[in-house]
Amino acid sequence: MLRYALLRLLGAIPTLLLVIVLAFLMVHAAPGGPFDDARSPHPEVLAAIEATYHLDEPVVQQLGRYLGGLLRGDLGPSFRYPDYSVSELIGIGFPASLKLGVLAMSLAILVGVSAGTFAALRQGSMTDRVVMSFSMTGISIPVFVVAPVLVLLFAVKLHWLPAGWSGSAGVAKYIVPVVTLALPQIAYIARLTRASMIEVLSRDFIRTARAQGLGTRAIIRIHALKPAMLPVLSYMGPAIAAILTGSVVVEQVFGIPGLGASFVNGALNRDYTLVLGIVIFYAALIIALNLVVDLLYGVIDPQVRQR
Amino acid sequence: MSLLNVKDLSIQYGESTVVDKVSFVVRRGESIGLVGESGSGKTQTALGLLGLLPRDARLTGSIRFKGSEIANRSDRELDRIRGRRISMVFQDPMQALNPYLRIGEQLRQVLLQHGLASGVKADQKVVAMLKRVGLQDPERQFRAYPFQLSGGMRQRVMIASALIAEPDLLIADEPTTALDVTVQAQILDLLETLRHDTALLLITHDLGIVAGRCERLLVFEAGKLVETGATTAVFASPQHEHTKTLLALAPRIDRGDILPPVTDKTLLGVEGASVSYRDAHHAELVAVRDVNLSLRESETLAIVGESGSGKSSLVRALLGLIPLKAGRVVFAGRPLEGAVETRAKSLRRDLQLVFQDPAGALNPQMRVQSLVGESLLVHEPALSTPERVQRVTASLATVGLDESFLSRFPHQLSGGQAQRVAIARALILEPKILICDEAVAALDGSVREQVLKVLREVQVNTGMSIIFISHDLAVVRSISHRVAVMYLGRMVEVAETRRLFSAPRHPYTRALLDASPVPDPLVAPQSAPLFGEVPSLIRPPSGCVFHPRCSYSDARCKDKRPELRELDGGRVACHHASETLLKQA
Amino acid sequence: MKWSAGILLFILLLAIVGPWASPHAFQDTNFDAVLRSPGIAEAHFFGTDEFGRDLFSRTLLGTRITLMVAVVASLVSLIIGVSYGAIAGYVGGRVDAVMMRFVDTLYAMPFIFFVILLMVTFEQNFLLIFVAIGAINWLDMARIVRGQTLSLRKREFIDAARLTGVGTARIIFRHIAPNLIGIVIVYLTLTIPQAILVESFLSFLGLGVQEPQTSLGSLVNGGVKQMEGAPWMLLIPAVLLATMLMCFNFLGDALRDFFDARHSL
Ligand SMILES: Nc1ncnc2c1ncn2[C@@H]1O[C@H](COP(=O)(O)OP(=O)(O)OP(=O)(O)O)[C@@H](O)[C@H]1O
Ligand code: SF4
Ligand SMILES: [Mg+2]
Repeated sequence: MLRYALLRLLGAIPTLLLVIVLAFLMVHAAPGGPFDDARSPHPEVLAAIEATYHLDEPVVQQLGRYLGGLLRGDLGPSFRYPDYSVSELIGIGFPASLKLGVLAMSLAILVGVSAGTFAALRQGSMTDRVVMSFSMTGISIPVFVVAPVLVLLFAVKLHWLPAGWSGSAGVAKYIVPVVTLALPQIAYIARLTRASMIEVLSRDFIRTARAQGLGTRAIIRIHALKPAMLPVLSYMGPAIAAILTGSVVVEQVFGIPGLGASFVNGALNRDYTLVLGIVIFYAALIIALNLVVDLLYGVIDPQVRQR
Repeated sequence: MSLLNVKDLSIQYGESTVVDKVSFVVRRGESIGLVGESGSGKTQTALGLLGLLPRDARLTGSIRFKGSEIANRSDRELDRIRGRRISMVFQDPMQALNPYLRIGEQLRQVLLQHGLASGVKADQKVVAMLKRVGLQDPERQFRAYPFQLSGGMRQRVMIASALIAEPDLLIADEPTTALDVTVQAQILDLLETLRHDTALLLITHDLGIVAGRCERLLVFEAGKLVETGATTAVFASPQHEHTKTLLALAPRIDRGDILPPVTDKTLLGVEGASVSYRDAHHAELVAVRDVNLSLRESETLAIVGESGSGKSSLVRALLGLIPLKAGRVVFAGRPLEGAVETRAKSLRRDLQLVFQDPAGALNPQMRVQSLVGESLLVHEPALSTPERVQRVTASLATVGLDESFLSRFPHQLSGGQAQRVAIARALILEPKILICDEAVAALDGSVREQVLKVLREVQVNTGMSIIFISHDLAVVRSISHRVAVMYLGRMVEVAETRRLFSAPRHPYTRALLDASPVPDPLVAPQSAPLFGEVPSLIRPPSGCVFHPRCSYSDARCKDKRPELRELDGGRVACHHASETLLKQA
Repeated sequence: MKWSAGILLFILLLAIVGPWASPHAFQDTNFDAVLRSPGIAEAHFFGTDEFGRDLFSRTLLGTRITLMVAVVASLVSLIIGVSYGAIAGYVGGRVDAVMMRFVDTLYAMPFIFFVILLMVTFEQNFLLIFVAIGAINWLDMARIVRGQTLSLRKREFIDAARLTGVGTARIIFRHIAPNLIGIVIVYLTLTIPQAILVESFLSFLGLGVQEPQTSLGSLVNGGVKQMEGAPWMLLIPAVLLATMLMCFNFLGDALRDFFDARHSL
């Protein structure tokens, strides 16, 4: 298991490095270069950037400096907000995004897995069909459609929700954004769980357990849940990426001052350093979480652990 | 009083009735054999008894267990009986154990479920049970996962889990079909010694298995119970036509005609052949090591051996489907080398193969006509379409299929028909050598006989040679002129059929023969002739690869590999081959 | 399945002929008729936006562009994915291991953010959308085709064909390809909605299709800005987009069941 974990960790490092290098080069390969004098809004920033990147040096050397800064957690100054460094901006936006993401993910797993298992046990029944139609709908409606429609409904028409974010307090304000963000993932996880649960329940070892007199609950808990969760676990990587993507929209629409919102603003404002920094941050996050998922996989599947 | 009383049990799926008004009783402690061909409803009956049928099945009739009705009861009620009063062992231990759960845990759950023990007590009981079924170091195996055990060990664990609650009735559905013949004997012994006064319902297609081990028999045909009676009586004077046919078709290793050897003109020679693979961890695995073999003109040479002995690898290598690591193959004076694609056209058509699984060997998207005729496009491109169709029809005729099959797809064929189509495809090229890799293993009695008959006839008519790979010695005896025995990648004995069956010289050959069940209650069943299982190919034993399981082995066997040498007109690889015959007598 | 296919066909037809048949041009502004609600008056069936542009023709144009981007991008990912997967699966061994390792690495990349980064640095190039979507979607196709090819290759009928002398080209086209078509069609149906999603997501953020051209994503984005006064601007493109995605998903699902059933025969 230790060997497996170490191998996975060693595998993740080059991926991350590749992401960073690619992202860095992309920004630098832009036609004319984003750091051209004419395009910079603040001369001080340009000076700072020049100091950080030594723009007169060859790209490789600049990349080296950037990587060196990264190791110290320094992503350079923001291109548009000269008073802030990129790391500071990420630090400001991340807590809200983290809360949103963790809540949405937990909700998605909890509801998705239960609904999927529930449907699998009643395969072909009316309940099953209802759950499955709902989740097909959930998968098909994009977050950026659900979010504004819910705002329109709850905030604008019904006035159940504060329209703004900062003015209101408490957890209540998280409910609708979290549900919006979780909805497609709930749907996907429910379908995945159902399919894999049905597949696992049709395996011979389940029949053995039934022949041993184990009841449905015991069979699900002891025999079926673990293997049925493997495909769901594999989906966690893409799910995390999807939640991050979704949070960009949700934060924008609900006016949540999170990382996603600053990412979009950065993108629209052409704040190169900020966008670059956030992409790298997201990438590191996704790669790290994928690593965790891989290790969990090893915990559940003894054959993987053997390697 | 009877333990189980089944009356008019029927099982239906929609319109089709798969079990039809079956009635029988099981008395306390007795052992009953339930036999029938594939699809005759054996498994369905067993699943019906335990209420384990799929949802779309409809069960009618009565099943009384110790006087109370258990047919169509709720899962909640049945859970008190399943595993506790009636338990079941399934065919494939690979599939029937949960791969994600330690085996100790799987057994412990049975005890917990039925409130028989808990905590440390339960663990101790499980360890004791694992020990009783013959697992070495049971404390350690308690923590093992199924994939870490061999097939035989897994089936032992299955049996442990079925017997741990000391049920009144044990149903075993083909418990040994997935196992090698020497391990089969061990498992059947184990079932017999462990069950004490638990009654046994042993389901099998193999009459040899029930002959010596069950007191009474139930014979199924197409969902109907056609005959019941004491085993000896049924074997001695079968009443129903179907039972008679089954008995007549059951191949025997102890009687029946044997083909005498034919010419001694060698058609194909294999010298020093080795084949190796790399496993998932890139370790080298030598599947065939240093094998010498010759095939004569117009003869059928059987290659026998248990799983992993390298039979298929050997023939696949000489066909050029996989590379030969060392050694050479000479066919009719010409060397056979390289991948099949690189060989001369004329050479390619001379060697053809028939596979075990007829369904897998036929492209599901093609019709019989193109399946059989495809190779003519390559080898006889000059043929016009009508000529080609005619050749296909002729080839189908030799295997007993008419033109109506030309336009069928594989899924519209039964197992036997599909296998005959596969043979027709091989025969249309008029090969000099036909290789059959377990070609009848998936087929039932009458269908198997048909296919064997086709092979014999074609050989007589065309004089082609056949290499017939099989693990079933009884079938081998009836079709081959000579037999080669392989064990763990080595050739251990080659002899003409009569000599091999009457006076085997290699201890392994003897064990194989002793372990093969005989469908005759009067022939006393042998207890398992061999302990242990075939070792891993990655770390084969030193010296003679058979030594860890051989009762004749001594220090020399451990150190020195025996060469294949001439003895009694055959060839044997054993240091003590000349003595084995003496001990046996 | 029939329903989904029917609705999709209808939408497709509207998207193709609609923009020409519509009484108003999609880019014409009319400041005397801003934010009209849907109705037959003046033939603004879907109303107008804040510039007085006819939303009926804009919606149909948006649908057309969304569909076009999705279909072309899916075809690109189909070609890359199928060739890549088939080669990896058919050659097997070390080549396969390396090729699949590469795919795994790409899987761990946050593509959508890369795409946004690209859009920022390269100033919204229309071509980039195809590249972006193709780059994301071919991975799934490659994995699936590779798995299928690998298992087909191991099937005995391939060995049987080799032995009887059938050439490699014929084996690939006659024995392997026909057995792949089903699964490829299924995944193509499921790739199209994914491509639609990516394109409309980018357009929604204002990083995709640029004015005066439009796509369903941009229309939803425009609708969000006016949703208090003119909710139809949000609801009409949103419903249309959701309907299309749903139909594609249902169709893909039904096709998969159909092919699965045939496989298990
Ligand atoms: N779920 C099902 N739906 C419809 N028919 C079924 C189903 N399961 C089994 N059958 C049919 O029931 C019949 C009896 O099947 P069963 O498995 O009992 O045969 P068997 O005697 O155990 O055969 P084998 O020796 O091959 O194991 C067969 O014709 C089979 O096709
Ligand atoms: S050589 Fe020794 S171990 Fe091998 S079969 Fe002969 S007697 Fe047994
Ligand atoms: Mg059966």
